[in-house]
Amino acid sequence: MAERERRLTPPRGGVFVPRVQVLTAQDVQRALTRIAHEIIERNHGLEDVVLVGLQTGGVPLSFRIASVLEEMEGTVVPVGLLDVAFYRDDIGIRPVLPEAATDIPGDLAGQLVVLVDDVLFTGRTVRAALNALADYGRARAVQLAVMVDRGHRELPIRPDYVGKNMPTRIDEQVDVSLDGVVLGDVVPR
Amino acid sequence: MAESKRRGASPSESASGSLVIRGGTVVDAGGTRVADVVVSGGVVIEVGAEVAVPPGATVLDAGGCLVAPGLVDLHTHLRQPGAEDAETIETGARAAALGGFTAVVAMPNTDPPVDSAAVALEVLSLGSGAACQVAVAGAITMGRAGERLAPIGELAALGVRLFTDDGAGVQDVSVMRRALEYARGFDVTLAQHCEDDALASGGHMHEGEWSSRLGVPGIPAEAEELMVARDIALVRLTGGRVHFLHISTAGSVALVAAAKAEGLAVTAEVTPHHLSLTHAELAGYDPVFKVNPPLRPETDVCALRAACASGIVDAVATDHAPHAPERKDATLDVAPPGMLGLQTALPVVLGALGAAGFDREHGAGSARNGAGRDRAQVMSVRDVLGLLSWRPARIAGLARDQGGEHGGPIEPGAPANICVIDPAATWEVDPARLASRSRNTPWAGRVMTGQVRHTVFRGEAVVVDAQVQR
Amino acid sequence: MTELSKGGHRHLLSIAELGADGIEEILEVSDAFVEVGRRSIPKVPSLRGRTVVTLFAEQSTRTRLSFETAAKRLSADVLSFSVDTSSVKKGESLRDTVETVAAMGVDAFVVRHTSAGAPAAVARWVDASVVNAGDGWHEHPTQALLDCYTIRQVLAERAGRALEDTGVECFVGLRVAIVGDVRHSRVARSLVLALGALGAEVTLVAPGSLLPPSLEGWPLSKVSYDLDAVLPHVDVCYLLRLQSERGAGAFLPSVREYSAWYGLTSRRAALLGDDALVMHPGPMNRGIEIADDVAALPRSLVLRQVSNGVAVRMAVLFMLLGQGQVGTGGSGPGLLPTLGTVVGG
Repeated sequence: MAERERRLTPPRGGVFVPRVQVLTAQDVQRALTRIAHEIIERNHGLEDVVLVGLQTGGVPLSFRIASVLEEMEGTVVPVGLLDVAFYRDDIGIRPVLPEAATDIPGDLAGQLVVLVDDVLFTGRTVRAALNALADYGRARAVQLAVMVDRGHRELPIRPDYVGKNMPTRIDEQVDVSLDGVVLGDVVPR
Repeated sequence: MAESKRRGASPSESASGSLVIRGGTVVDAGGTRVADVVVSGGVVIEVGAEVAVPPGATVLDAGGCLVAPGLVDLHTHLRQPGAEDAETIETGARAAALGGFTAVVAMPNTDPPVDSAAVALEVLSLGSGAACQVAVAGAITMGRAGERLAPIGELAALGVRLFTDDGAGVQDVSVMRRALEYARGFDVTLAQHCEDDALASGGHMHEGEWSSRLGVPGIPAEAEELMVARDIALVRLTGGRVHFLHISTAGSVALVAAAKAEGLAVTAEVTPHHLSLTHAELAGYDPVFKVNPPLRPETDVCALRAACASGIVDAVATDHAPHAPERKDATLDVAPPGMLGLQTALPVVLGALGAAGFDREHGAGSARNGAGRDRAQVMSVRDVLGLLSWRPARIAGLARDQGGEHGGPIEPGAPANICVIDPAATWEVDPARLASRSRNTPWAGRVMTGQVRHTVFRGEAVVVDAQVQR
Repeated sequence: MTELSKGGHRHLLSIAELGADGIEEILEVSDAFVEVGRRSIPKVPSLRGRTVVTLFAEQSTRTRLSFETAAKRLSADVLSFSVDTSSVKKGESLRDTVETVAAMGVDAFVVRHTSAGAPAAVARWVDASVVNAGDGWHEHPTQALLDCYTIRQVLAERAGRALEDTGVECFVGLRVAIVGDVRHSRVARSLVLALGALGAEVTLVAPGSLLPPSLEGWPLSKVSYDLDAVLPHVDVCYLLRLQSERGAGAFLPSVREYSAWYGLTSRRAALLGDDALVMHPGPMNRGIEIADDVAALPRSLVLRQVSNGVAVRMAVLFMLLGQGQVGTGGSGPGLLPTLGTVVGG
């Protein structure tokens, strides 16, 4: 989910100051194309595959992957949107509010769900997403695609598809969009 | 044990040592002058500059202070007998002394009420050892039920000068008429709590903007004004005498003004809280602001202040109404009405009437903080003290020429009932540190300007440096 | 209006505390809970381990069920506490009751009481969040919020817009008539404040004896005694419930006379514009404030209000309990729009 927004919320809120461009828009597009290939390869096609983008950072990436998949296989892959706010484990500790709508197409029972997010960090968002998905039916399998894996995991979670592995300091900030990936810092307001 | 010892002590014994109140400005009905006051044997023996200190005399420093006749409260609920968990005569009198009062009139709405000589004597006897004089008011009707007259003559024979069913008004107009007619023969005053029950019934605050917003049943101003108007008509009819307790609206002020202009025997008091707080205080539903009559809009507050300045209002009386915390801290509709007043009255009134910030350099008439207030409402400190001391003393029948010992003036031979006020001192109101057994002050946490430094009651310093001695 | 509160808890005591921004935020969070309500498992784990007490000192099955459903769908534990009004006639026992229940470890009290200000009193007494579920004639904030939510939902549908793209601009200039016993209505007080804050033009229609003694400070565009004259010019006609005891001669000559002058009969309903919405907080007195055939009209939204009520109350509970206490490592006051944030001593 929106890693950046979450990190910017109080009490540690601040302003994102970009430092290094790590991936360009083209790099991002190439990575997404590769991920799309890997999804097809791993699952021997696209049967029962549903993409679920995590609000808000994973959503544009999931739509882009869906369009690449359609170009490659001629199959329209359903895309769902998921906001995990209600499943977070830091409710009551920090301000947690849903940031955007959840819209899951139909029952997920028997489907092969590929969760899509921008940055994989502590793994807590993915943990919340797995719980949330369970309320939409028993998926056959759940896989995880992220644009950036920046390390610092706090839970035993591992991505299936990675755009870029990127070692970071814990206090750094990674900003992902279709325009590229930028490493920067958060400075207090 | 201490109680009995005190009670046994005669005034002259308890005041065996002489007192000198030194360096203050004496303010009384007669005027204002810088003078020391020497007290001995319970009476003032000398007032003058640079007096000689008698050997062994206690010296009370009054530098920067006003030396005034002790304050007199026409309207105090001491709760004894019946509700000693809320207040006792001993604790209430202590609060009074700390507030500068040397006499209070105990309201008769006790349990049992003061509608017999026995209960009146009980209150007087409990008050005899207290830190101030405890006068007692009698009920107008038996059980304060508004039906049969209480034994007004029998109570008057005990020295009771004020009669009231306070807590409620006498609803039945014919009962009130009979009471006024009957009371004429005893030189006593009937004091009315003006509230028409039919109109006020079920109300918990002033009916208006805030009650409508808060969804709280209201008491319209007219519930008070109707009874003020009715009783004025009865005074005209009977030739009796009525004192209006705690008037709270501009309409009541206008009625009283007209009655006085007509020459009718009416007097009126206002409370410190009606001079200083508005119904907006109820916005948070805090029951500490629930009081009867209710806090009114700002226009009424302004009218009451103006009426003090113009002389229409005769006295400020506290309506000190203690309630035990477990009863008062309830929902607004269930909590009983009333708030503490004795210990905060003086600074609140000085502030409200424009006399705050008294500056000795400019004499007792200066009102430094009066700026921005209507000039007509700015009163001299002396006039404010008149509202709290010599004018209520006369209504209560406690003035010297009425056979009493209060209200000054401070002159040789006068009973030594004196309060010494530091008008510039500031202090924070901490409910837990008030002398009352209850905590329901609306001023909790607020900083007051003006403090009673010493109180001398019958020649004895019962409060020294804002600490009670009895 | 600031209540003293132990521990810096958030409360929802009055719409007045929210302002337009606060109302908008609750409506938006409610969207997410409407989605949850559509799922086959309409439940989220957000408030697992939290305890919500519904303390009702006045009978109201609907509101209680709505709050309890909301709390359970958030996975909170729910304790249901009915206080016999007669035994609470003495205020001290309400305090004792509340403090005893609070000692069991309660995160939120949902309070319904016959006394205006009772939730404010509970907020003074306990170390927990307090939601006003209707206090005397004062307020019923969640009812007003769900009514606003329902209006916005219908207007968004008509405009063919997704709810999440619909802000609260739809309320600006919206003409709403609130009809009936305004004097004794907590719903009316909350609704007037909410609609006023959002920019609607509110008209009160009532017999004089059922209007509050003062309307000073109320965000109204007008007050009328003539329902027939008002109906053709409103977008929403909101009918208040008439308590039958008001008709016993104290405030009205009779319920029948009220119905004749202020009831929405089918003749009067015909005066409404085609798009006008008819709303009622329920439960309806059919044949008194609204005729039976009018309640069945498609433009009447009564059942939709009920289902939105659960989502709105989920949003309120989630926002009160899900954001940390003020000043304890969660948000700081003012950094995030919050429900009636209160900082305790």
